[in-house]
Amino acid sequence: MTRMRPLRQRLAMLGLFGLPLLTFPLLGLPAGDWFGLPAGYVYLFGVWAGLIALAARVAERQGK
Amino acid sequence: MLLSGWFIALLSAGYLGLLFAVARFGDARADAGRSIISANVYALSLAVYCTSWTFYGSVGRASSGGLSFLTIYLGPTLMLLFTGVILKMIRISKVHRITSIADFVASRYGKSQLLAGLVTVIAVVGIVPYIALQLKAVAASLEVLFRQSGVAVLPWGLDSTFLIAVVLALFSILFGTRHLDATERHEGMVAAVAVESAVKLVAFLAVGLFVTYGMYGGLSDLFRQAAGHPDLLRLLQVDGSRAGNWAALILVSGLAIVFLPRQFQIIVVENVDEAHVKRAVWLFPLYLLLINLFVLPLALGGLLHFQGQAFNADTFVLTLPLAHGAEALALLVFIGGLSAATGMVIVETIALSTMVCNDLVMPWLLRSTWLQAEKRQDLSGLLLGIRRAAIALILLLGYVYFRVAGEAYALVGIGLISFAAVAQFAPAMFGGMYWKQGTHSGAVAGLLGGFAVWLYTLLLPSFARSGWIGDGFVAQGLFGIAGLKAQALFGLAGLDEISHCLFWSLFANIGLYVAVSLNSRPDAVEAGQAERFVDVYRYGGRESETRLWRGTASVDALFGLLERFLGPARSQQQLAAYAATRGAADWRTLPADAELVHFAEAELAGAIGSASARVMVASVAQEETLGLEEVLDILDEATQVRAYSRELEIKSQELEAATTELRAVNERLRELDRMKDDFISTVTHELRTPLTSIRALSEMLHEDPKLELGERTRFLGIIVAETERLTRLINQILDMAKLESGRAEWTTGLVDIGDVVRESMASLEQLFRDKGVRLDSELPTQGPQVLADRDRLMQVMINLLSNAVKFVPGRDGRVRVRVGVDGGMVRVEVIDNGPGLTAGESVVIFEKFRQGGNTLTAKPQGTGLGLPISRQIVEYFGGNLWVESRPGEGANFIFTVPLPAPEA
Repeated sequence: MTRMRPLRQRLAMLGLFGLPLLTFPLLGLPAGDWFGLPAGYVYLFGVWAGLIALAARVAERQGK
Repeated sequence: MLLSGWFIALLSAGYLGLLFAVARFGDARADAGRSIISANVYALSLAVYCTSWTFYGSVGRASSGGLSFLTIYLGPTLMLLFTGVILKMIRISKVHRITSIADFVASRYGKSQLLAGLVTVIAVVGIVPYIALQLKAVAASLEVLFRQSGVAVLPWGLDSTFLIAVVLALFSILFGTRHLDATERHEGMVAAVAVESAVKLVAFLAVGLFVTYGMYGGLSDLFRQAAGHPDLLRLLQVDGSRAGNWAALILVSGLAIVFLPRQFQIIVVENVDEAHVKRAVWLFPLYLLLINLFVLPLALGGLLHFQGQAFNADTFVLTLPLAHGAEALALLVFIGGLSAATGMVIVETIALSTMVCNDLVMPWLLRSTWLQAEKRQDLSGLLLGIRRAAIALILLLGYVYFRVAGEAYALVGIGLISFAAVAQFAPAMFGGMYWKQGTHSGAVAGLLGGFAVWLYTLLLPSFARSGWIGDGFVAQGLFGIAGLKAQALFGLAGLDEISHCLFWSLFANIGLYVAVSLNSRPDAVEAGQAERFVDVYRYGGRESETRLWRGTASVDALFGLLERFLGPARSQQQLAAYAATRGAADWRTLPADAELVHFAEAELAGAIGSASARVMVASVAQEETLGLEEVLDILDEATQVRAYSRELEIKSQELEAATTELRAVNERLRELDRMKDDFISTVTHELRTPLTSIRALSEMLHEDPKLELGERTRFLGIIVAETERLTRLINQILDMAKLESGRAEWTTGLVDIGDVVRESMASLEQLFRDKGVRLDSELPTQGPQVLADRDRLMQVMINLLSNAVKFVPGRDGRVRVRVGVDGGMVRVEVIDNGPGLTAGESVVIFEKFRQGGNTLTAKPQGTGLGLPISRQIVEYFGGNLWVESRPGEGANFIFTVPLPAPEA
């Protein structure tokens, strides 16, 4: 359990960090086209993928 | 051809058969003790979250609401990151043998049958629309396929949706209720769900790629074409005016991922290893991301393609491939959608049927006289029967809802009604896990309030919309009061119906829960449970469980109880296993103590829920009721005892550490004492040798006055030499003592090492010449200069040189002196071609009174203090003195002195 503690906190931190990124007002900022695609689409999937990648890093590194 | 009715039926049956085989395999492996549930399977099984809603409905949602469909998947992603909450839920459920969300709530608030029943009713009523959604989706997909092939939809005048409901019910019954399990785990089902999840992902990605890259020229092309239409352009942008709605959907879906009965079943009840959650934290969101990647492109593709025609956006995933003649792909998509619906229905109905059986029917049966009459009968068959009936009933309700209200809504709209319903569990659940003051009355009030608001603002309006009941309460307000308009309660307009319902229902729910909790007192059982839920990591073991039970029971009565609900074979097996853990050969010999009672209750809780189990055990055991104060005292005592024991442990560890330290210090002191003794005896010995020879020779001279002059001179010569040696020895001992005590006097200044070396070589030149030893040198003409005491350095140099000349052989002996600079240090080497030193000797010669050569046979050639003193001197200047040597290859004594730091 003590081993899991820092992991839980790191993941929770990611959650607290992701929440404002994935809601308004920050969500309203991307506008126009990014890489030829709608900015909102790229932004949402980008932030989402980033969160997943970070979570994977945190979760799998601690397991070692 | 591919799309003929029989072929589709065959394919569907084959696919369901495959899932069934996977489930059988999983169960067989679980029975054999080799679980196939790995972290990846667990993560994949969580994707039972993606139902027909995701598969068909998301595209429909995206074609009217743009990117807002994503909120349903972002919420779970964020929720899972709060891993601590989920792990705590899992731990509590394992410790208390919790098998459903109703059980969880009931168990926390004093194993209350009322709460268990209430949660079950809310769950069943709340989930019914969700089941209807699955039926509607499968029916719609079949209709699309058949419309294409022109086959009659209703071969025997039957309603196809009803047929689907019947098939799904049969399949769920076969799947989930084959046997009773004390933990309600279905590993086979989990494995099948994982497979099903993989299938729907592949199918969806396939159609996504087909439409995006097959029908259009890729993502950017699709988005560019869509941007050309003002209607579609709106879908590409994130609509900032609906910020509140966006946040509400993230909240409601984040709650749904844990509180939907099927999600609770998969995440908590079916979890075999807490470590699996770590994988799910990122793998499941990754799944969600992949399955959503093509939702918006599919919606845009559909809207562009069917422009100006009548279309149902919910079925774009089927109609698009069909419009291009890709019949095989359409079949794959149909299987994917069927997969999504079956997975959801199976897990959901199994979870709900467990709740209905344990928390609604059992309490009622236990009170009825019929059951009392059949005292000795095995009830495990009855339990299974009840669950099967519950599954059928739930699907029937789903079908009824579909007939009543299903037509008026798009798929996602129906699903969100269910999401809002299960969100009502959040206050009681979270409060139960983290807030000890939350009480039974508070939970009941909160749940009732929230549920009532949900009924009034969301479920009833959905009936009204389809015209099944009057819509007066929606349009004009109840009794014509405008403030009671169902979807603009107290004038709160401007929100969509989900946000509106969520706001008011959670407002009522949380408000009532907190307010009533603070104004009511928990009873003893409840207070105990509250402690054990909130501090689950502290009350891990059985200890406090058994301390909380006082009373009398008989082994036979308890066994009879287990036999009735678990069946004879299973209960004997469990009892035998339990007896083994307590070290008894036969369970019949076990004492009927608190631990056995607790074991029986836990086993029963797995089968009939904690509330009913408690009632049943109480019926055969005479329990002393403990007062609230007493329970809290016991729990408090347990905590205190644990705290004290931890303190003691820490203290004893500290003591141990201190003892070890003391022992080490003592050891060191004794070592020093021994060294001192050694030193004194060595010094005495060393002093006595020259004294003895002086005394012997003096006595000879004294007693024999007639000694020849030549002899006399020789004796006197020896006496003088020995006296010198004695003086030198005493000087060196004093020197050593001064150096060691730090009272030596140093006159430090800039010293030219080259000079020092030259001078000491000159002073020993005669010695070398006498022995016929060659002395070479490699010196710079000037410098290097260091900060040191010139006389002391000279002492070191002379010591090294005289050592060298002592040990090299006469005549062909060679000694070389080299001075150089190496990385900020002056390095002086004295190299000889003497007998060399072993590795061991290279160390000991720097100890006091250790001499080179064999001191046993040969006469000592020095005092044994030269090298230790030299080392002390060099180290005082910040340098080092050591020897590099191998036996037979001469020795190289090296010392270094740091160069002065350059002035800034």
